[in-house]
Amino acid sequence: MLAQFLQFLFSGVTVGATYALAALGFTLIYNASNVINFAQGEFIMLGGMLAVYFTQAGLPLPVALVLAILIPAIVGILVEKLAIEPVKGAETVTLIIITIGTSLVLRGLVQVWLGKGTHSLPAFSGDEPIQILGATLLPQSLWVLGVTALVVVALWYFFNRTLQGKAMLATSFNRVAAELVGINTSWVLFMSFAMSAALGALGGILVTPITLTSYDVGIMLGLKGFVAAVVGGLGNGLGAVLGGLLVGILEAMGAGYISSSYKDAIPFVLILLILFFMPRGLFGGKSTDRV
Amino acid sequence: MALLDVKDLSIHFGGVKAVQNVSFSIDAGIVYAVIGPNGAGKTTLFNLITGVYTPTSGEIKLDGESIGGKSPNELATRGVARTFQNLQICMNMSAIENVMVGAHLRLDRNLFKAALRFPTLKRRDAELRIEAAELMAFVGLGKYVEARADSMPYGALKRLEIARALAMKPRLIFLDEPAAGLNPKETIEVDHLVRKVADSGVTVVLVEHDMKMVMNLSDRILVLDYGKKLAEGTGEEVRKNPDVIAAYLGAHA
Amino acid sequence: MKKNAYFGLYIVMAILLVLPFVLPNSFYLDLAIRMAINAIIVLGLNLLIGFAGQISLGHAGFLGIGAYASAVLPTHFGWHPLLAMVAGAVVTGLLAGLVARPIFKLKGHYLAMATLGLGIIINIALRNEAAWTGGPDGMPVPAMGLFGFELTSDKYWYWVIALLLSVSVWASLNLIDSPFGRALRALHGSEVASQVVGVDVVRYKVAIFVLSAVFASLMGSVTAHYVGFVTPNLADFFHSIELVTMVVIGGMASVYGSLVGAVLLTALPQALATFEGWETVAFGAILMVCMIFMPKGLVPTLAAKFGKGD
Repeated sequence: MLAQFLQFLFSGVTVGATYALAALGFTLIYNASNVINFAQGEFIMLGGMLAVYFTQAGLPLPVALVLAILIPAIVGILVEKLAIEPVKGAETVTLIIITIGTSLVLRGLVQVWLGKGTHSLPAFSGDEPIQILGATLLPQSLWVLGVTALVVVALWYFFNRTLQGKAMLATSFNRVAAELVGINTSWVLFMSFAMSAALGALGGILVTPITLTSYDVGIMLGLKGFVAAVVGGLGNGLGAVLGGLLVGILEAMGAGYISSSYKDAIPFVLILLILFFMPRGLFGGKSTDRV
Repeated sequence: MALLDVKDLSIHFGGVKAVQNVSFSIDAGIVYAVIGPNGAGKTTLFNLITGVYTPTSGEIKLDGESIGGKSPNELATRGVARTFQNLQICMNMSAIENVMVGAHLRLDRNLFKAALRFPTLKRRDAELRIEAAELMAFVGLGKYVEARADSMPYGALKRLEIARALAMKPRLIFLDEPAAGLNPKETIEVDHLVRKVADSGVTVVLVEHDMKMVMNLSDRILVLDYGKKLAEGTGEEVRKNPDVIAAYLGAHA
Repeated sequence: MKKNAYFGLYIVMAILLVLPFVLPNSFYLDLAIRMAINAIIVLGLNLLIGFAGQISLGHAGFLGIGAYASAVLPTHFGWHPLLAMVAGAVVTGLLAGLVARPIFKLKGHYLAMATLGLGIIINIALRNEAAWTGGPDGMPVPAMGLFGFELTSDKYWYWVIALLLSVSVWASLNLIDSPFGRALRALHGSEVASQVVGVDVVRYKVAIFVLSAVFASLMGSVTAHYVGFVTPNLADFFHSIELVTMVVIGGMASVYGSLVGAVLLTALPQALATFEGWETVAFGAILMVCMIFMPKGLVPTLAAKFGKGD
């Protein structure tokens, strides 16, 4: 009983950490520009796929990983410059459609370039599962959780203790005011895309040894990451992390105890419920502008 | 009984008391102006009465019926119309369609009849188009009848909003700074237009900064300062009121 | 309404009349039928996206409900196909209304998320409930019949759908230039203004959402009977995006734009049939380029260039 519960908990928290990183990505961009970046999932996919590509090309793992984070970050900046900046101030519908288009382009290009196959990465510190109270925990899961925790702490430090971070926060609260005090909001915008892409890519890399990767993992991961961001409260960083973990756990529990074939539906049922009953999310994101 | 009766109306936004215990009443058929320095709460007052904001406390009665907290579209059904200081024009539609939208509540809005082009609906629509053209002529926009809203100059759009409001055949019309952003010639034209509107029987409530216009047009004036009622009366009375003078000219007066 | 507003409709009808005699073979006839079906769906979706300024990223889900209602109800429960189609539309309408009401009180991207979620849930359900739906492989659909006459030949389908398309265009044109239609467009132009003249904003948004969902469901049923087979792919996310792309490229808030968008993007997958990945890239690129350079879409942009836009 306990063993089963723990098993679901472990797998839920592991994938939840990926959702958390994705949700943080969404939150960063939303705070900087009010854009919901539907292409976020593709950054996650790029991280995993590029890591696979570079390791298979013979590069040592650490180098491959760095590239697999750097390149998506650059792609993120390109997306911001080419797709978002030209239409600054456009209607919500327009922006949503543009980012959806971006995700299609990225996914399609990877499909053409790297094919439709599924790939894996070697686990960072071996596959020997760890036994805890009857449940097994993969070492890779510890990597996922550990690195995510480090990232969250680093981001907290960045936003609360460094000048650049505070500048980004200020922009998210009031763009005009930020510009008036001399903050370069264009810089903030493209930094947020770069960071968001890097976060997503990192999440993708970490989880590939466990859940594998392919050209189309981005869709679900990205959407579930967005669900996590909304669950936690859109615009709220802590909410994004906790939302991610919650979605991951609920998904795993639901799949384990209720029905595994509806596993993918669970986050979307969750978001409908949240939007109906608690649209500001668990931690009260930005106000929802009642009509 | 007064057409509009406001008692002890207040609204607080967190710690900011934008409007405090304001009371006044407006009889049908007059032109009533609300003036005060910037930030006095004039537009907030408008927003309270036209349903954009819900009062924190106090009463608003239209013809005896309490309307505080009702939504703008509900107020429209009770004959309340308004224009906006910063223009709310549907740029995606033509000028005449903007005016026709004003008649929304007066028409059969059934979508099945519309899709199937019921003859009665079509006829009413054609009649409405003629009426809208007449309204545009009434406000001096006759030459823009075929124009798209996004091709019209600012001054014309201000008048278009008034035409739209009139298309509602309202009892009470709130004009929020109708002369704002207009040059002296256009301001005089708006002055004449407001007079025409009032003469046609609609009760007009006006927020305006242009004092000449206010004194010219208004039967009664309400002066607000820092959200509170400072004075109320005819133009003469208000002009001579020492508190009003102090508020406008500062304590040096 | 301007006298020439129906002019486009007459041209469309003329094309529809001539087409079967001009097309070389049944492959093209089938393509034309699919284009027409998509055109009707897109007309409904455009009312929501283009005219009312809202969004739906899960519209294929509504298609799926209609399609599977027409497959499951006659097959497993013996219902008459026409009744099944109506049932599908009713279920869709209720579902759409239920979801829309709370969501429309929130900001734009929440509706995007909610419709997305709904579409995905429907797709997963269709895939999973194999006992009813045949699962990922799909199931056959009984023929649509009326008073003993069964509709199976392509030629008959063509005329039925051509008629439906003509009626849909006619109804859409009427709707747009009516009090209801003006209220919708005003809603898009300035919600505040529309409220102030008495438009119950939430009610209208819900109404147009339900209407466009029901349109989709009915056309889902039609598709099911025409093709004779349904698979869950009909209701997947990419199909929802394809539909939105058709709206966007043809022209948001343009009736004829909807037709152009449907024609172009029904043909595109055929052209790129062997280049699956490129098809995805192409759709994505079209969406981006369109929204950045031609946000109004092909037909309105061209119309503005060549004449007075109306």
